[in-house]
Formats: sequence, C-alpha cells, structure tokens
Amino acid sequence: MTTEHAQNQSFAGHVGYVLRANPVTMLAFAMLGFLIICAIFGPSFVPFDPLASGDQILQPPSWAHWFGTDHLGRDVFSRVIVATRLDMAISIGAVALSFVAGSILGCAAGFWGGWWDAVISRGLDMIMAFPLFVLAMGIVAALGNTVENVIYATAVINTPFYARVVRAEVNIRREAGFVQAAKLAGNSDLRVVALHIFPNALPPMMVQVSLNMGWAVLNAAGLSFIGLGVRPPTPEWGIMVAEGANYIISGEWWLAVFPGLWLMFAVFTFNLLGDGLRDIVDPRQRR
Amino acid sequence: MLKIQNLRVQFQTRNGPVDAVRGIDLMLGRGETLGIVGESGSGKSVTAFSILQILDQGGRIVSGELNYSGVDLSNASERDLNDIRGREISMIFQNPRAALNPIRKVGHQIEDVLRHHAQATVQDARAKAIAALKEVQIKDAEARYHAYPFELSGGMCQRVVIALALACKPQLLIADEPTTGLDVTTQKTVMDLIQALAHERQMGVILITHDLGLAGQYCDRLVVMKDGAVVESGAPETLGRSATHAYTQRLVAATPHPGKTLHELVLGGTETPVPDQGDVLLSAQNVTKTYVGKSGPVHALKGVSFDLRQGGCLGLVGESGSGKSTVSSIIARLQDPTDGAILFEGASLLDTSAKKFARDPRRPQVQMVFQDATDSLNPRHSAAQSIAEPLRHLGNLTNIQRRDRVHELAEQVGLPSPLLTRLPHQLSEGQKARVGIARALAVSPKLLILDEPTAALDVSIQAIVLNLLATLRHQLNLTYLFVSHDLAVIQMLCDSVAVMRQGQIEEMGETSQVLNAPETAYTRSLIDAAPVPIM
Repeated sequence: MTTEHAQNQSFAGHVGYVLRANPVTMLAFAMLGFLIICAIFGPSFVPFDPLASGDQILQPPSWAHWFGTDHLGRDVFSRVIVATRLDMAISIGAVALSFVAGSILGCAAGFWGGWWDAVISRGLDMIMAFPLFVLAMGIVAALGNTVENVIYATAVINTPFYARVVRAEVNIRREAGFVQAAKLAGNSDLRVVALHIFPNALPPMMVQVSLNMGWAVLNAAGLSFIGLGVRPPTPEWGIMVAEGANYIISGEWWLAVFPGLWLMFAVFTFNLLGDGLRDIVDPRQRR
Repeated sequence: MLKIQNLRVQFQTRNGPVDAVRGIDLMLGRGETLGIVGESGSGKSVTAFSILQILDQGGRIVSGELNYSGVDLSNASERDLNDIRGREISMIFQNPRAALNPIRKVGHQIEDVLRHHAQATVQDARAKAIAALKEVQIKDAEARYHAYPFELSGGMCQRVVIALALACKPQLLIADEPTTGLDVTTQKTVMDLIQALAHERQMGVILITHDLGLAGQYCDRLVVMKDGAVVESGAPETLGRSATHAYTQRLVAATPHPGKTLHELVLGGTETPVPDQGDVLLSAQNVTKTYVGKSGPVHALKGVSFDLRQGGCLGLVGESGSGKSTVSSIIARLQDPTDGAILFEGASLLDTSAKKFARDPRRPQVQMVFQDATDSLNPRHSAAQSIAEPLRHLGNLTNIQRRDRVHELAEQVGLPSPLLTRLPHQLSEGQKARVGIARALAVSPKLLILDEPTAALDVSIQAIVLNLLATLRHQLNLTYLFVSHDLAVIQMLCDSVAVMRQGQIEEMGETSQVLNAPETAYTRSLIDAAPVPIM
C-alpha cells in the first residue's frame, strides 16, 4: 500500500510539474477545463432556452444576446454553449472507439507480423486510400442518419492512424530485453503485448489522440454542415455554421462566426494538449 | 599542443544546475597519446565535447581555458571552430553505425569532409577518398567506396569512421570509446590501427575509455577522472604499480586480466567457495538452428552439444555472430531449435514448444539474466514491479508474501530497499543489473543463463556484480550458463568453457586447460587479442 501511495503522490506531483514546466500545456488544460465545464453545466446556466424561438429575430450582438439571435429569434450564445456537450460527446466517443480498435489492430499487426500484419495493414491502407470525409459521408448515408452513426463513421476513418502508430511502436519493442524477460516470467504472448509492450506506446499515442480529437470535432461539424448526422433544431456547431452561412451575405455575420470561432477554439485546445498529455504518460519524464 | 586549464562545465537540469566537469587541467603534446579513464558519468566525454565545443543543449562552459596551438577554443567564433573541427581536431564516436549517415555511400561521406575543408576538388575527391579508405587498411577500397554503412560489419564501420576523422590529416584525434561494442579481435585491430596512424603522422590522440586495461596498453599517459575531477595522472606503469588515490586503486584492482581471481577484483574481497558439482543438469545434444534467409538457409547453429552439471558453470565464448546468444535463448526456451535434443534433469525440454513454455511447470527452473540491463527492464515498471513479475505468474504467493519476497531478493542482490519504488531510468547501470539478477532469482531457478550480464557495465561495477554472482551461486547452489566475449571474465567465474565459432563449438574443456594450452588457432587468437595491461 505504501509504495502505491508513494507512486500516486509522485504521479500527481509529476502532472503538476508538467503543467508548471510548460505554460502552453497549462493554458491548454485550462481551456480544456473550460470546455468540460461548458459541456457539463452549460445547459443549466445559459440565459435562454436554446430551442425556444423568440420575437427578436436576427438581432446583432447586444448585452441581452451576447452572440446575437438567429432567424428564429433563438439566442446564439445559449445554443453555442449547449452544443458543446454534443460535439464533445461525438468527438470523445469517436476517438475512444478508434483508439481501442486501432490499438488492438496495431498490436496484432506489430507483434505477430506475417499474415496478420499483411492483412491488417493492407485493410487499413484501403481505408486511407479513400478521401476520408467522403468515406464518412458514405458510412453515415448507408447506416442511417443518426448521431451514433456519425460517431462510428468518425471512428472508422481515424482508426488507421492509431493502428499505424501502435504497430510501429510494438514492432520496435517486439524483441526488446524486457519483452523476453516478461516471457520468462511466465506471461503468455497476449499478456506480453497487452501489459508490457502496449503501455510503452502510450506517449506517441497521446499526441495522436489530441490531434484526432480536433479532427473528430471538425468531422462531426462537417457532416452536420452538409446535413448528415445531427439534425435541426438540435444545437450543434456545424449546423449553426451551415444555417448562418446563408445570412452572411445579408450582413448577419454573427450567426456563422460565433459557432465557427467556438469550433476553432475547441480544435485549438485539443491540438495544444498533445505535448502535455505525452509528457504526463511518459515515465521517463519523471525524476 | 592542447592545454586545458581549470575547465568547468555545467548542465541545466530539472533539479537545478549540475557540475559535470569541475575544474580539470590537461596537457597534451604533439604525437602523445593521452588516456582519459573513468566510469560513466565521470565527465570524460563532456571534457572531449568541450574541446570541440559540441556540448549538448543545456551544457555550458562556466570557466576555464581551452588552448589549442595558441587558439583559444572557448572564445573562438563558430566560423573558426568549423575550420578547426575535422581539419585540426577530429573525433571518433562511440557507435560507428550511428556516426555514419545510413543512406549515403561511405566513399561519398569521406568526399564530403574533404571538400568541406577544401582538401580536395571535384576531380580528385574520389581518388583521395579511396586513398583514405586504403590508409585504414580496408581491403578492396575501390569496391568499399560504394558500400552503404549497413553493408559493413561493426569493425569495418569503425574503420570508415576513422578514415573520415583522419581524412583531413588532423593534428589531434579524440577517440571516445572507439571499441565499445566491438569484438576483442576487432578491438585489437582497430586500436593497433589508431596507434600506427598516430605514430606515422605525429598526431596527438586522446583516448577516452572506461577500460583501464585498454588505455594502459595504448597510452603514454593516463588521467583518471571521477565525478568531473582528475583524481590521478601518470604513466600507465606507475599508476598500475603504485596508484596513490583510493579510486585508482579500486579501478586497477577491478580490471580483469588473466591469472587474477574473482575476489581480487574488489579491494578486501574474500574468496567464495565453489559449489560441488552433482549430476548432469542440462544436456544439449546436437542442437541446430537454421533460419530461412533471403538467399538460402542461414545456419546459425550447426550441431552444438555440451553437458552442464548441477552446481557447475559453463562459459560460452565467441565473437558476435558465433551463435552463443542463439544457444542461450534456445536453452531459455525463448525459441525452438530446428533439430537436436535438450535434456533438463533427464527429461526433454523440447516437449513443450517455446510458445507454450510460459505455462510449463519447468518455467521457473530455467531463468535468464539479459545483456543490457536498461533494455531488459520495462521502462514503465518500478524495480519492485519488475522483480515481482515472475512471482506474479509463476509463484503461488499472496500479495504480502510477494512483497516480502521482493524485499528479501533485493537484500540478496544488495539493492537498497528505498530504491525499489524507482523506475529504471532513475537507477544507475549497476542497480539495474541487480534488479535484473533479482528478477531472475525470484522463482528460485536451478539453471541461470547469464547472457553477457556485465558487458554494458563499468569495470568496478562489473567486479562487484561478478562477485555477487559467485556468492549467489554458492549460497543458492545454482548452475550457470555464462555467455560472454570476455575471456578474462570467463576465466574467473567458470570452471569449464566452450569456445564457439560460426555456430559450432570449436573447443571445450576445463577453463584453465583451454586458456593455458589452447588446442585451436582460433582460441589462441582470442586469447592474444585481449588487452594485457602492464599493470
């Protein structure tokens, strides 16, 4: 117990160190914290019901409506904040799925090699050969126009990236001394891969996760922009940009710009997280 | 020619500044060979890097004077330094493969250096590069000119690196561990080559090494460094016979050479009794291993047979590629042989395939200590987790029993228990070696395979680890299969020895007999190649 306690303590200390050592990481985590608070508590603190239409339509930003109102008189600020939960859920769900699937495929291809590697790698190459957004569109169109299918489609197009990273990391450690030692210690091949080799692939994977979270948000927004997946009147950044785009010419810029900025903010946050996440899961960074 | 005064180098780290070199003075005359001897972390490489002003990021020369033939190197501009590097002062690095560009022909790499320093023109660069290759005694230099580094052996690569370093006829050559990782016979030829070229060109050489024996054989003067400071300097003979500093004495004692016994390696060491030998524990019979290669089958082992008695220690000696590591990994049941039989206590070990051997009841009885302690520990596991790993799967213990066993093992191998929570990168090489040994001993094996367990260690740590192994063998009545390329080490620890070459056992017998009266020319050449210091 005491050793575990000491380790927990040093892990917390380590996270603290990583945050303190790099102001950018600190900022990224603060931004992530803000997004998470919006996702969890957003619907309960926004000033207006995001779905309720009002009589003040297409009003520019004001004290009452920070981001203005849309063509149905709905408060854009409330809708942007409430949409955080849905967009985050889609991207986290999609990234989690592709992380798991990519890890399993990559481990199998990297550790057993041979036929496994040939079949898995070529399969992934086939996915990569498609224009990924078009593939996602096709998947959603074929499976049905629901939020779950948007998650699955986003997961499918992201899986090859994880699988490739894991495959390379597993492959270079397949013959390492500690892997042979684990075999001598009575670990079956499966345990060796899962418990000894795979955790060592986590640092580069974390960079991939953070980049992918950004892509996943963009992808979900992109799909709903063209009318797939999330459907109006549900608040979602992509839909809001799509709806607002029609009004830019007539001068109502706030409809598209604010959801767009919010989307950019989320993607930016995730991309900034990468280095920090990597340093946190890398034991060698600890002193 | 080179004069260093009061050099201090500091590195910025997470835990504040660390002094890597604390005020050292060095002098080197023309044509002189100076050996800087010390263990890893003693600051010897940092000293060399400061001469060329190529310190890693975070490193800074705090004070001191670096004077090379009248030029103050520490205040020289980057432009002047670029002219000096390679042309005046040159360096050979530790790992020759890493020092060569893997995607460029070696001839072109030599041309690059020559042309950079305006020592050759487009017309005669090729001829000069070939001449440089010839000078380092590369056979068939015209053909080798077109070779890529991966097509050359380690020794050949090091020759190319030497050719690169010497292409512009520098006045000073810095050799940083030039033979680490090379076989003894290759080590001898490379060192002889450096010595001959230095002599011929009246070139100053700084040889940086942890091997006191090697330095003693090739250097005119030795400087012993410890913790960033020079503790002693002088001619090798004087240092060997009458070292005054305690650290030098320990280093001299720890350097193995023929005729020394194990306990003489550590000051005040006592002799460990050798256990009595019992029945045959392990018997390898005509073991062969053939890999399917791109150009036909590769015969890694061509019928290897030996017996190992309970309590005995058999040394497997050979150069890289001789098949000794293949033997050890087959006996450890990490891979299957193509043919042959391996009997353990009279029963065949090959009944269970290597893939399924993890579940075999004999898994705990055959364990192994790996060559590279760093590589063999999972970077994410603490020392305690690594030691407990075999107990988790092969031992039938409760959590508390397992924790007690880990502490008991740590004590047995002399690892202080506060270190058990540390991760591998927080441990020193010697401590990591101890963790590796403790892990192998955790499930009380009968047979321990030691695959060059001290190859990556400094001599003084090697001395301690070897003595530890001898003590454990006696205390726990272990049987060792000791794989090494170092005859001096084998000679001290093993009672019988098998010399391997090209997948076959060339000669086998009692250690003293094989080493004193070798029957084959190959064994003789191995014995002759080992550096024999005058000390």
